[in-house]
Amino acid sequence: MAVENTILICAGGACISAGEESVKSVLEEELKKYALDSVVRVVETGCMGACNLGPIMVIYPEGVFYQKLKPQDAKEIVQEHLLKGRTVQRLLYKGPTGEIKPKAKEELPFFKRQVKVATRNLGVIDPVNIEEYIANDGYFALDKVLHKTPEEVIEEVKKSGLRGRGGAGFPTGLKWEFTRKSKSDEKYVICNADEGDPGAFMDRSVLEGDPHSVLEGMEIAGYAIGAHHGYIYVRAEYPLAIERLGIAISQAHEYGFLGDRIFGTDFSFDVELRIGAGAFVCGEETALIQSVEGKRGQPVQKPPFPAQKGVWSKPTVINNVETLANIPVIINKGAEWFASMGTEKSKGTKVFALAGKINNAGLVEVPMGTTLRELIFDIGGGIPNGKNFKAVQTGGPSGGCIPAKYLDTPVDYDSLMELGTIMGSGGMVVMDEDTCMVDVARFFLQFTADESCGKCTPCREGTRKMLEILDRIVEGNGEMEDIDRLETLAKTIKDTALCGLGQTAPNPVLSTLRYFRDEYEAHIKDKRCPAKSCKSLIAYTIDPNKCVGCTACARACPVNAINGEVKKVHEIDQDTCIKCGSCYEVCRFDAVEKVDAIDLVTN
Amino acid sequence: MPVILETDSRFKELDEYIDSVKEKSGMLIGVLHRAQEIFGYLPKEVQSHIAERLNVPESTVYGVVTFYSFFTMKPRGKYQIKVCMGTACYVKGGNKILERLREELGVEESEPTKDGLFSVHEVRCLGACSMAPVVLVGERDFYGRVTPDKIPHILNSYRQKEAKNNED
Repeated sequence: MAVENTILICAGGACISAGEESVKSVLEEELKKYALDSVVRVVETGCMGACNLGPIMVIYPEGVFYQKLKPQDAKEIVQEHLLKGRTVQRLLYKGPTGEIKPKAKEELPFFKRQVKVATRNLGVIDPVNIEEYIANDGYFALDKVLHKTPEEVIEEVKKSGLRGRGGAGFPTGLKWEFTRKSKSDEKYVICNADEGDPGAFMDRSVLEGDPHSVLEGMEIAGYAIGAHHGYIYVRAEYPLAIERLGIAISQAHEYGFLGDRIFGTDFSFDVELRIGAGAFVCGEETALIQSVEGKRGQPVQKPPFPAQKGVWSKPTVINNVETLANIPVIINKGAEWFASMGTEKSKGTKVFALAGKINNAGLVEVPMGTTLRELIFDIGGGIPNGKNFKAVQTGGPSGGCIPAKYLDTPVDYDSLMELGTIMGSGGMVVMDEDTCMVDVARFFLQFTADESCGKCTPCREGTRKMLEILDRIVEGNGEMEDIDRLETLAKTIKDTALCGLGQTAPNPVLSTLRYFRDEYEAHIKDKRCPAKSCKSLIAYTIDPNKCVGCTACARACPVNAINGEVKKVHEIDQDTCIKCGSCYEVCRFDAVEKVDAIDLVTN
Repeated sequence: MPVILETDSRFKELDEYIDSVKEKSGMLIGVLHRAQEIFGYLPKEVQSHIAERLNVPESTVYGVVTFYSFFTMKPRGKYQIKVCMGTACYVKGGNKILERLREELGVEESEPTKDGLFSVHEVRCLGACSMAPVVLVGERDFYGRVTPDKIPHILNSYRQKEAKNNED
């Protein structure tokens, strides 16, 4: 029987954690029950990007978009939508003003404004089925390059203007050319899939949703530089990505797209997986090489660069996941097409992971040069709960925070650098008025201090000293001289650390000092946290005019610090309170308030 | 902690894996992953065994084990509770989840509970930022948009599961 409907279910990380698997199993049971399983095809796809709406399902041919599904909803969808042809209204997407968008994928700005290149197959194909990848032009580019000379391939990538998507933005074609020119009996391609920046999940989504595009990109790189062996270094925190890459590698072997004499040519190429073990510094290329070799992942001095002396001391190209996923499209559609998108110095598109205090958290791909405002407000849907935007953090622990006045900046490598941050791998964490910028800086310093490999003194000792100072400030024990100390330390670490981790570690502090110095001063001089976030500087109180005596807070309090009888005003015993905020979370009458602790003392 | 004897049958399982990858170079990290899967942790005995089989100094093995946060020399709880401390989770209160968990379980750092059932671990970004704050129990049980008051409920579901298993 012919297939009448195709149901795409998003099996990206967020949808899985929201319960996609049980929705799918109920759906399949129900299809069997009504003997629809032969005419309805169910496909689990990679991340569709709208992660906050998960689990998501799109039913074709109509293209109806169902969201936030529970297992029992699958029954209703089968009975109503498939059997009776009636759309299940309550499961459709509703916009902020309540309007219904039955075909959200074609209607919402979140989807419409995107240009998908690296993420072209995400949410469209079944990542564990190589035939679906082939049907979407998969491995065509590989076949195409095998009919060209390696030099022509490198020229094409150079002309496209593609720059490394892992953070630093080095021109990819140039990197390939250097490695091609290094003389050696053996060369290697490494895919850096050690996506460690907190708040970034672009690479994870590509690995899980379209693993073949990464393999194809690696093979093209291998052909261009003259390598026959590749490694994918993927972090252990991504078990699903590891699983899907493993499947993709064995399928590619089966189809003769990997292995000896690919497509009957003289080109042979093989790919091996290497699993990380939880060390952020291994995202740095020289440390990554050490780790691929099974050693402690400590960076080494550059030069020599990996292009001259990489893994096993042989010339090595290291490219990030997203960079490699772009390659097949550049080859298929041409360098001019790719270079027609983006800004003067940053061509093509970029994938961003929107997270934090933002309505449409998820994965988006837009042309370079899209402004922060378009990204955060038009596509990202703005800030939840009517709060105000305060800053957006880009570039993870190596980046910085951009304040509201620069929202109209077009995003590319160079404009972000001017603002004191970096593009990084594409994580964007949005912060609102409740986020304390000093605490954010402290969070990142704690991260880098923890993750410092300890090899060089500036990073090992310097980040620790900066963290001590920041700890002091958020606890209300800072002094004004601490700001100067932070700046001196930051400059020294930037100038003297061995690798990229250390050299960029001070950026979160420098950028928050640049744009939010008043917050530092408020912590130090007034002993107040303007965002009411730093525990040592705030206290919780109950507004007697709002408290109705529902006892919810008293029941939630883990240390029994709240006294009061039913239907009478409650009170918090400040000496017992541990400021966990549980009462604040559970109060439905906004009666629990955060106040500056210093005001309680003076009263 | 009981010492793992060289006659322990689990070493045989590990050796089979070592033999299957012996031809490749740089497999120490891979072998340690497998060993931790088999033994649950990497005590000195296991490290010595691996050093001998791979013909590398024990100091090299120890150096790698202590460098990477995934490897542990102490046993962990049966259910490892991983609290994401990535930026998005942190901004949305991940540290409050962590505090509440440790308080509920009466543990410090990543020590296992007295009954050996749970241990709490801070982890780097799990890449599920849109569901922040996120808690992962074991390898597969994801909890998104967790609030501190949901913690007792989550813990109890595993205690009940365990009690049920014991009955069966």
